[in-house]
Amino acid sequence: MTAAPHPGTDQVWDWLSQVPDPEIPVISLTDLGIIRDVAWADDTLVVTVTPTYSGCPATSIINLDIETALRSHGIEKLRLERQLSPPWTTDWITEGGREKLRAYGIAPPIDGTAADGRLAGRIARLAGSSNLVIACPRCGSTKTEKISQFGSTPCKASYRCTDCLEPFDYFKCI
Amino acid sequence: MAGAETIDRTAFAEWLQRVGDNALILGHRVSEWCGHAPALEEDIALANQALDLIGQCQLWLGLAAEVEDKGRSADDLAFLRDAGAFRNLLLVERPNGDFAQTLMRQFLFDAYHVELLRALKGSTDNRVAEIAAKAEKEVAYHLERSADLVIRLGDGSAESHARMEQALKSLWPYSGEMFIDDATDQAMADAGIAPLPSTLRAAWDETVAAVLTEATLAHPGQAWQHKGGKQGVHSEHLGFLLAEMQFLQRAYPGAVW
Repeated sequence: MTAAPHPGTDQVWDWLSQVPDPEIPVISLTDLGIIRDVAWADDTLVVTVTPTYSGCPATSIINLDIETALRSHGIEKLRLERQLSPPWTTDWITEGGREKLRAYGIAPPIDGTAADGRLAGRIARLAGSSNLVIACPRCGSTKTEKISQFGSTPCKASYRCTDCLEPFDYFKCI
Repeated sequence: MAGAETIDRTAFAEWLQRVGDNALILGHRVSEWCGHAPALEEDIALANQALDLIGQCQLWLGLAAEVEDKGRSADDLAFLRDAGAFRNLLLVERPNGDFAQTLMRQFLFDAYHVELLRALKGSTDNRVAEIAAKAEKEVAYHLERSADLVIRLGDGSAESHARMEQALKSLWPYSGEMFIDDATDQAMADAGIAPLPSTLRAAWDETVAAVLTEATLAHPGQAWQHKGGKQGVHSEHLGFLLAEMQFLQRAYPGAVW
């Protein structure tokens, strides 16, 4: 058997950019920023993936989808590696991904607003209204309020717009 | 991974089970609210928080299984140990009670958990540091939520205030165990793997005092404290929890999805 030259990593990245996130199918795995590396180890393709949340049930589906997609492009020897560090951050969601989220009705994360757990200085904000302005993905109004710190998946929070009255998901920051 | 090689593996695995069991048992307790919470949004929030904790538990118990090297998996540790082999704090096995009890338990634990994870990010064992860095982000968010709700309900209606006050009173005697050092903790601290629990107390005290003040709840001050969970001496509540959590694997050994 003659070994055909294996596809370049750019090609593999391109294939992965067409694999949708199983829970938010308008964005791809590369938009989400969870593919950390693509490399060849001899004749084995190694794809390094980082989980979004420790307990996100989509993680195993994502691995399955990556495998299915790459096998359909003729990759035979494939290894998926989990990488925890550095931990995933919503800052890694691409600009394109943010626009797709907004168009889909999910307010994209606002970078740099992740909870840091240093509570003493946050009490005033916690007790009062949030100073975080999250625009409604439907009408663009900034008159919005938080309904719950978690939404339909672990990665989102629930908000509502007090102008157009629609509820929406906000992709919370971590 | 210098720490892992020079330290007693039994002590390291024991300590990892403590961290993993806290996440597992609290995660299971919180999941018991699924379908029963006072509002749909809270139901979703509690279920998602339980997912975070159970995900963290998988990482910690996975490492515990690797370190003990007895051929057991994270699932074996979760589903096939009996109560006496669990190493979680008594606080996290306390029954859910009303919503106030659940939230107060969460807040008292979150305020400790975030300090523990922050310290563990500097662990001499890379695997511990990596899991801690991942979990800390999730737990910082848990703390923001539980502190927010303790304040809103403590400084809320007469009814919510009274319930939060009662929750604080009943859970406070279970808070001290988080900061007790024993020989396992000392071995971990000597190896640079984990901080001594007692060193986390000052930051926890500060957070708790600030939030209770804002919540208009009287600080309970010094009180007699229960202990024993870390050594496997549990309350009767853990057995009932395990009976439900482990049912499937006990009734159908080896069942898989």
